[in-house]
Amino acid sequence: MTFVSTIGATTWRFDGLADLLAKASPPRSGDALAGIAATSAQQNVAAKQALADVPLKTFLSEPLVPYEIDEVTRLILDSHDPAAFAPVSSLTVGEFRDWLLSEAATQAALARLASGLIPEMAAAVSKIMRNQDLILAASKCRVVTKFRNTIGLPGTMAVRLQPNHPTDDPAGVTASILDGLLYGCGDAVIGINPASDNLSVLGDLLRLMDDLIQRFEIPTQSCVLTHVTSAVDLVERGAPVDLVFQSIAGTEAANASFGVTLALLREGLDAGRSLKRGTVGDNVMYFETGQGSALSAGAHHGVDQQTLEARAYGVARAFEPLLVNSVVGFIGPEYLYDGKQIIRAGLEDHFCGKLLGAPLGVDVCHTNHAEADQDDMDTLLTLLAAAGVTFVMGVPGADDVMLNYQSTSFHDALYVRELLGLKRAPEFDAWLGRLRITGDDGRLAPARAGHPLLAGA
Amino acid sequence: MSRLVPPDPWSALRARTPARIAIGRSGSSLPTREVLAFSLAHAQARDAVHTPFAAEQVAAGIEALGVPTLRVDSAAADRATYLRRPDLGRRLSDASRIALAAARGPADLAIVVADGLSSTAVHAHAAPLIAALLPYARTEGWSLAPITVASQARVALGDEVGELLGARLVLLLVGERPGLSSPDSLGAYLTFQPRVGRTDAERNCVSNIRAEGLSYDRAAFKLAWLMREALRLSATGVSLKDESDIEGLPEAIAQPAIARDLDEPRSP
Repeated sequence: MTFVSTIGATTWRFDGLADLLAKASPPRSGDALAGIAATSAQQNVAAKQALADVPLKTFLSEPLVPYEIDEVTRLILDSHDPAAFAPVSSLTVGEFRDWLLSEAATQAALARLASGLIPEMAAAVSKIMRNQDLILAASKCRVVTKFRNTIGLPGTMAVRLQPNHPTDDPAGVTASILDGLLYGCGDAVIGINPASDNLSVLGDLLRLMDDLIQRFEIPTQSCVLTHVTSAVDLVERGAPVDLVFQSIAGTEAANASFGVTLALLREGLDAGRSLKRGTVGDNVMYFETGQGSALSAGAHHGVDQQTLEARAYGVARAFEPLLVNSVVGFIGPEYLYDGKQIIRAGLEDHFCGKLLGAPLGVDVCHTNHAEADQDDMDTLLTLLAAAGVTFVMGVPGADDVMLNYQSTSFHDALYVRELLGLKRAPEFDAWLGRLRITGDDGRLAPARAGHPLLAGA
Repeated sequence: MSRLVPPDPWSALRARTPARIAIGRSGSSLPTREVLAFSLAHAQARDAVHTPFAAEQVAAGIEALGVPTLRVDSAAADRATYLRRPDLGRRLSDASRIALAAARGPADLAIVVADGLSSTAVHAHAAPLIAALLPYARTEGWSLAPITVASQARVALGDEVGELLGARLVLLLVGERPGLSSPDSLGAYLTFQPRVGRTDAERNCVSNIRAEGLSYDRAAFKLAWLMREALRLSATGVSLKDESDIEGLPEAIAQPAIARDLDEPRSP
């Protein structure tokens, strides 16, 4: 199908839906690297205009990645719920934007709609939305998940405590965990990116976190971010696995580059649930994603990176995850060049994920070879918090000394809580109060020596 | 600490980790001293990304160990192109492809030294790590291809180099993306039967080789273990789990070996 847009004397033609979506994407270096980006500002807007006239239904009949060769496409189309889609099934992409911003799009209506939308629809509408549209529409979507606490309730924002250490040293990891807890962070998960993939080391890290959580009765969950096959091995070896982690992407071939298939993810889900370690729910999966991963693996099928990222959320939601994290600035400048592109991508990812019913958090981050700094991170963090982001990262001083990138700090989380009045997961909030880490107002109490948490250190 | 920022009572824990813990707070926010310290570290890392690669000096340092070297370039002509075009950094220039074809093996092992995103790391650590690795290669009787020193190079360049040299295994040493506290971290990627088109899931990685991280001796021990297993199993990547036992080494502690691509970053 060819799409046409006429502006004055110029007629712009777009060769198929994938080309139209790519040309309509707000500029980013990854699409230029793939050779699919708009080549002028006017072509970009012409594509947006043509895209606005495309009926949402078109995305159901014209897969961007062929059904026959891609199990992600098959998952997305086979699990589409026509009844849930009905309220918006007659709309074009442009009308869908208007609907999302209207009073009709209530929190309840959006929750009912999620299974009726496929990722390509979410991606398409995001391309014609301004940043403020992405923030407002996302703020109306709530996705609530549970394991040992309740994540995603209105008025809350959780934090992943990320206590990474360059050599997985147990005392070093413990020091960062204690620092984070004493700064009121860790309700989303205490999640370690291990330097090692040695199974005995990973098992030791799991036991270290499990001991802390049990000893102090912390209503949170732990995770060692290792390959899903390692998590399954660890479960079989009797290690205390709370959440099963995996990096995922939006095409079968890109997932293959991560060494995973949907069947392997299902094995991971089953292994995690078999332990029955959750106390208030059984959302056991933790996924990470990021725009550009499919292109990085040579597995993008000519589809733009933001649409493929939305497809990764289509994969994620099928496994009822506790947490999905877009690691937005980690990928580097060849995919998201500067602070402006990272900010835009973070807002798109959060909006698309929430609209599709995934519990989207964002690692607000950048690398040292990107044109970005902490001022850009402050901007994105503040916008995402206003948009109702499910969780963000808490890294000591925002400096991850293992993964070598800059994220958000425990202090950053405190800043947005103070600015916007966001609470923690209620069970975790109550625990902080019981241990007098926070006062009655939910703010940190003055630090005191001899705190019980420190006695164990 | 300034007069307005009381110290955190757990500041003694700072000795246990390079992470920025117990840094105090001004209300909810970072103390002034910490904001400025972070800015300085970021400035240093930014500058490190753009340090030019002294390929000839690195090659001379390796030849001093008694092994021949070859100089190659990727298809990325300069640093600016390299940063925006990772595809070019993964392929050889035409001239380098021709030069390597003349040096074809067979060989058990090809070692490639690539500047990656921190030439500082390669300047400091490539030759000493190779010095620690050579005794293992001799003990095992592995035949070595000439050691390749590659400019504007990414991890996957090793696939093409290894394929051209006719190597069973390629070990690529690369400058990792600089962190605030680690501008000079070296990574090592191992790929069995290298050929153009290998994916990251088909590699094993030992990361964070530097003075404050993994020592040369321990990195070499771990890499030798992985190489032996790779040759035994005829595989690298997710099917080769690192279970090396390093209790025999002094000051043995668990050390990194991960399939994580730091010079072509993706979701961690």
